[in-house]
Amino acid sequence: MKPAAFCYHAPRSLPEALAILEQHPEARPLAGGQSLMPQLNARQVTAPHLLDLNRLDGLDGIEEAEGCLRIGAMVRQAALLRSPLLRRHLPVLVEAAVLVGHVATRNRGTLGGSLCQLDPWAELPLVATLLDAELELAAPSGTRRLAFRDFAQGPGRNALRPGELLTHARFPIPAAGTRQAFVEIADRPNDPAEAAAAVSLRLGAAGEVTSAALAVCGPFPMARRLPEGEAMLLGWRPGADPRPLVSGMPLPDAADDDRAAMVRVALRRALERAMA
Amino acid sequence: MTAAEAPAWLGRRVPRIEDAALLRGRGQFVGDIVRPGMLHARFVRSPVAHGRLLGLEVEAARRAPGVRGVFTAEDFRPHLTSPELAVAMPAGAIRYVVNPRVLAADEVCYAGEAVALVVADTPHAAEDAAALVRLDIELLPPALDPGSALEPGAPRARLGCADNLLARFTVAYGEVAPAFEVAPHVFRDRFHLHKGGGHSVETRGVLAEHDRVDDMLTVWSSAQMPHRNKGVICAALGRAEDRVRVVAPDVGGGFGPKFVCYPEDVAVPLAALLLGRPVRWIEDRRENFAATTAERDQLWDVEVAADAQGRLLGLRGRLLHDHGADTPYGIALPQNSATNLLGPYVLPAYRLEISVALTNKVAATPTRGAGRPQGTFVMERMLDRIADELGIERAEVRRRNLIPPLAMPYRTPLTTRDGAAMIYDSGDYPACMADALRLAGYEDFRARQKAAREAGRHIGIGLSNYVEGTSRGPFETAAISIGPSGQVVLSTGASAQGQGTATVLAQVCAGVLDMDPARITVRTGDTAAIAQGLGAFASRQGPVAGAAVLQAARLVREKALLAASHLLEAAPEDLELVNGAVRIRGIPADRLSLGQVAQVLQGMPGFPLPPGLSPGLSSSVAWQPEALSYANGTHVAEAMVDPETGRITLLRYLVVHDSGRLLNPSLAEGQILGGVVHGIGHALLEETLFDAQGVPATLGYPAYRLPSAPILPWIEIHHRETPTPLNPLGAKGVGEGGTIPAAAAIVAAVEDALRPARIRITQLPITPRRLRTLLAAA
Amino acid sequence: MSEERFPISVTVNGEPHRLDVPARLSLADLLREGLRLTGTHLGCEHGACGACTVLVDGASARACLMLAVQADGRSITTVEGLERAGRLHPLQQALSERHGLQCGFCTPGVLMTLVELLDASPSPDEAEIRMALAGHHCRCTGYQGMVDAALSLSGGG
Repeated sequence: MKPAAFCYHAPRSLPEALAILEQHPEARPLAGGQSLMPQLNARQVTAPHLLDLNRLDGLDGIEEAEGCLRIGAMVRQAALLRSPLLRRHLPVLVEAAVLVGHVATRNRGTLGGSLCQLDPWAELPLVATLLDAELELAAPSGTRRLAFRDFAQGPGRNALRPGELLTHARFPIPAAGTRQAFVEIADRPNDPAEAAAAVSLRLGAAGEVTSAALAVCGPFPMARRLPEGEAMLLGWRPGADPRPLVSGMPLPDAADDDRAAMVRVALRRALERAMA
Repeated sequence: MTAAEAPAWLGRRVPRIEDAALLRGRGQFVGDIVRPGMLHARFVRSPVAHGRLLGLEVEAARRAPGVRGVFTAEDFRPHLTSPELAVAMPAGAIRYVVNPRVLAADEVCYAGEAVALVVADTPHAAEDAAALVRLDIELLPPALDPGSALEPGAPRARLGCADNLLARFTVAYGEVAPAFEVAPHVFRDRFHLHKGGGHSVETRGVLAEHDRVDDMLTVWSSAQMPHRNKGVICAALGRAEDRVRVVAPDVGGGFGPKFVCYPEDVAVPLAALLLGRPVRWIEDRRENFAATTAERDQLWDVEVAADAQGRLLGLRGRLLHDHGADTPYGIALPQNSATNLLGPYVLPAYRLEISVALTNKVAATPTRGAGRPQGTFVMERMLDRIADELGIERAEVRRRNLIPPLAMPYRTPLTTRDGAAMIYDSGDYPACMADALRLAGYEDFRARQKAAREAGRHIGIGLSNYVEGTSRGPFETAAISIGPSGQVVLSTGASAQGQGTATVLAQVCAGVLDMDPARITVRTGDTAAIAQGLGAFASRQGPVAGAAVLQAARLVREKALLAASHLLEAAPEDLELVNGAVRIRGIPADRLSLGQVAQVLQGMPGFPLPPGLSPGLSSSVAWQPEALSYANGTHVAEAMVDPETGRITLLRYLVVHDSGRLLNPSLAEGQILGGVVHGIGHALLEETLFDAQGVPATLGYPAYRLPSAPILPWIEIHHRETPTPLNPLGAKGVGEGGTIPAAAAIVAAVEDALRPARIRITQLPITPRRLRTLLAAA
Repeated sequence: MSEERFPISVTVNGEPHRLDVPARLSLADLLREGLRLTGTHLGCEHGACGACTVLVDGASARACLMLAVQADGRSITTVEGLERAGRLHPLQQALSERHGLQCGFCTPGVLMTLVELLDASPSPDEAEIRMALAGHHCRCTGYQGMVDAALSLSGGG
């Protein structure tokens, strides 16, 4: 299991990286490498050109901007866990990041890599789906912003155009008092989840749900929101049994009933946890 | 143990002499060894389960950069005495001799079978070139499912065999039909028992070097049985035994698959001979999944007959065994399953018909437990069935069926692989189970279960008993030699894959020679160190090699005392061996070191040796156990089940085992821990999968699920020590006992946790999804 | 095809090296074949088994999933770098005392992970230790001796 030969590029700056990409549009960006390197080693993926992003400046910061947390694509998953900003504003992302891989793979694996890789069971795309993250995609002509829901097109398929690189993801900071939770059902910690659910709820003065976001993954091609379920949750009051609500939520496209049932279990537990 | 010996080293938690190098990263595994001018090998393997190999285009690979040689079966043929490996193990029931081939020609019979070998300057270049080899394969329908493979008209797994029935045999005794006629209770179950692979963290590896000066072919191999590999290599290459040396250096875990001699074990040395350069092949993990043998599927269809008190009257049924495409290790696996079913119980009548099916998959050969966990599973689960159906407590049903201690030695009506009577030599099975139940708090579990249920937690308890025939022969060897340096060198045919073999054998030797075991050099797994040897299989090395070492050390000791009696002019009975030196009792100053004795026994030109003594302070022993010695034990598992998700959490795991006298409790516990965790994987996680065309679908982790640290409970181990009369150390083997009863105990706990739902788990591993399916149907 | 080689400066176990490496060479292969530090083992080459775990600037990483060229300017610690002045690292000692190793193949990677764990949080409990070990395969020990060894050092003990 040794990779096939490739041309290696390790630019220091974003413009330099984009110039290489312009010259070699087939170049494969290498972020943390925790998904790509195994595929290269097994020669399941061959890349004539590898564009190593690990030397780029400016993609490894976490900052508050325009009501969002703006996170560099090369921020390591381990750094997500340690970030005081994230712990304060986006604990659900921290909860999710704990479940990504293992210590050593989190030390290398990046937020951007995971968002581009789009494994169907992956935790970070699930949170990006939940929170309607917005991505910054850089090209030589300039940077465009794209909603994550438009970026994620299927397992392993994203909307990057030739020559583009993901540079940052913006996660909206939830309003104060928003209740969020992440629940995953996996056989062993760090295994690809059978099902996972993330919820974000805002409560009105009387404690009733005034807005809800639900995102699930597992038996779907990729993480998805549940708009019907979100509508059903409006007016729901904590303390009420979530079971009838959750069992009535449509789960279109679930691979099979058994795993759909696991999604419901994850959803219910996430709701219970968010309201606890 | 005689009074003159110092038993102080035996039974103690002596620190391992292996650790110093391994902890510093200074181990020498095959992949760590580099020889001058060494090249790297890569095998080209069949991508399909079954097909006619019409053509093999290797020219592009031959021309690729860095390539030094590309070999096909045709290239090898003139240099091999046979295109097949002579590895057959005798069994009258085998209908077709299907030895593995060094490289496949004409027909490929499993995905992963080697068809060509590329040798290049670097592993990268070899892999680059291997990708250029073009295979022209005409697909043939594969035989995959062992059941349908035996139906008339099924696709044949091998064109050379008329059908897929590799072997059919019956294990039977007693009056089975009458037992079922009179039995008040008969229960039937079908089991689909999958067991996974060995999954040593080190894959296989072979490094071969031919020295033209002395025409010596040296092969370093991660082998459990290097002497056997040497025999196969000599036979395949037509080389004399003194021109081949096989060394198993540090080996990163064995667990069964590494005692198979593989095509690569011959192909790599042959390539080294043909190229005149050392060649190293390190299996990658994908190859390990595709081409290293593993256990797989057994389908059991059994009926048990019991009386009104839950006593066994008979058991009968059929076992269908998925054998794979060739036969590197006979049919020991289903034989073990069939004979180990008895366990520690009195079973008056038994009849099991075993069918062994050829399939287009890599061969199934033993992994830790070697078929015994499946036999034990069936018996234990049928006992639980009797208990549940008859309303008798599960432990009580076992009490009523256990072989009583007064019946020891207990002659079962069965025979072992070699045709000898299967006799349980020693052990107190009821006391062992009683210990386990007491230590596990079995009596008050129902109260704990009730309280947990009230708190919304579903917990359950399960227990399982086992026996294991250990210390398989026919022999193991030990040679001790001491030179003028005084260094004690202990060589043995035993081989080491992490068990602490060197430490425990040094302890035995140190006890006799009264010295620190750390001062003894132990050489394992090297055919140059000792002419004969067997190696690691069947939980045997501690007791069998240990007994050989004990005898060899005693011979050296006697010789040292006799020689010293001449030199010190004292009667041998007035001498003692203390701290590695011979001295006259009461006169500690009059002493001769073993090195000084050795110096004398080395001889001086023209001067006679002391009278009655042969040259050299050395000895060599092959100890032959007269029969298997049977270890036994009881496992108790407590599990919590989440009925919504089917997730199983092990809360507690307790082992009481009796493997005779413990030579080193830490090492024994290490064996049990590893074994239990292997059994936990067997019960809950591990599954080798193939796609509908028979191509391996598990080619990595975590697709194949191994037990990991967070899912494991703290495993408690308690010892009983009933010395076996069959071994001078009193020790029995301990390598596999941890695995054998684990799945049965865990599954019983899971079923118990879900009461009052009557879930019957008949498939392994019991994954959350399978459990949910059962729950949905309940 | 002669592969392009890249000059790198890397510090391994405190010792600086200047090397030319082909781009596709993994850090693990550089350590093992290039520097003959064979304590770092390869068990799966897809990041699952943990045998190749090393510390890169103090943080654990799979050496099979990192290119040698990516180690340019970094400081790598391998199992061979744990011993200080002929004395075993306390974890090495504890692993031996608690029978936390058998075949020894996974041991170097396990050591690196536990060193990182105890450096980051000096008093881990059993669950934290087990979670840290989640990324390691060991088929011999059932992990219990490793957990026991780390616990024996937890709390600076």
